[in-house]
Amino acid sequence: MKSAVIVFPGSNCDRDLAVAIEAITGTAPVMVWHRDAVLPDGLDLIALPGGFSYGDYLRSGAMSARSPVMQAVIAAAGEGRAVLGVCNGFQVLTEAGLLPGALMRNAGLDFVCRDVSLTVENTQTMFTARYAAGSAIRIPVAHHDGNYVADTATLDRLEGDGRVVFRYAEPVNGSARDIAGIVNAAGNVLGLMPHPERLIEAEQGGTDGRAMFEALHAALG
Amino acid sequence: MKALVTITLKPGVLDPQGRAIQNALGGLGFAGVTGARQGKLIELDLTDGTSEADIDAMCRQLLANTVIENYRIDIL
Repeated sequence: MKSAVIVFPGSNCDRDLAVAIEAITGTAPVMVWHRDAVLPDGLDLIALPGGFSYGDYLRSGAMSARSPVMQAVIAAAGEGRAVLGVCNGFQVLTEAGLLPGALMRNAGLDFVCRDVSLTVENTQTMFTARYAAGSAIRIPVAHHDGNYVADTATLDRLEGDGRVVFRYAEPVNGSARDIAGIVNAAGNVLGLMPHPERLIEAEQGGTDGRAMFEALHAALG
Repeated sequence: MKALVTITLKPGVLDPQGRAIQNALGGLGFAGVTGARQGKLIELDLTDGTSEADIDAMCRQLLANTVIENYRIDIL
């Protein structure tokens, strides 16, 4: 499986993501700087990491979504390549228009940094096929702007099409319908606020994040 | 020329920061603040003759997230 991790100025989970991908797939991803307008050939997976790209200037993810590499990521997503956005990566994906809705300031205004319980709502995606249907997992979150917002019609469409992939099982940030992660209509772009890359080895306090990377490895070779 | 772009949250979009401001004003003893909404003001220095259509495109492509925000352009 050939993968890339996009590095924006202010990304701070890019190495965590790279370590997780290598640990599970056996192949290190290529680290791609945000100013690169061209992606390496033949990528199976493009991962957008967490962090505070561009210092969250204007809106979280707004500046990164307009950086040169994102035009290539948008094109790759259109070709059906897998794109994973974690935390700030999710914010970038919504700002880039690859996923609907927006991520606003947490309803409680606090930065939320703790493990939260999630329900895996859809296990029929390339990202979640290794989770048991409806399974409850615990994954850390660490964000200030994770409050998912979309209009009612969009929320209904996401629900009806099974595109709500992860849902908070406890109050976290005020997200509409407790949405923690969604996929695009084609199913090849996933954005989620929790950090599965932080739970890969038992030494990290758990391994509930492994199944996502195992599923991608199985789906993408 | 200058243009002022005022960005506000769409009606119906919850604004937790605005709510906190409202509560803080109440805490300071200002009775009668029944709502507060927080937005952004962006002042653009522009080459003379920049069209309003161009400024509008700037708003749609970057300055505002039209999923959650409205914008108003005032050319000075």
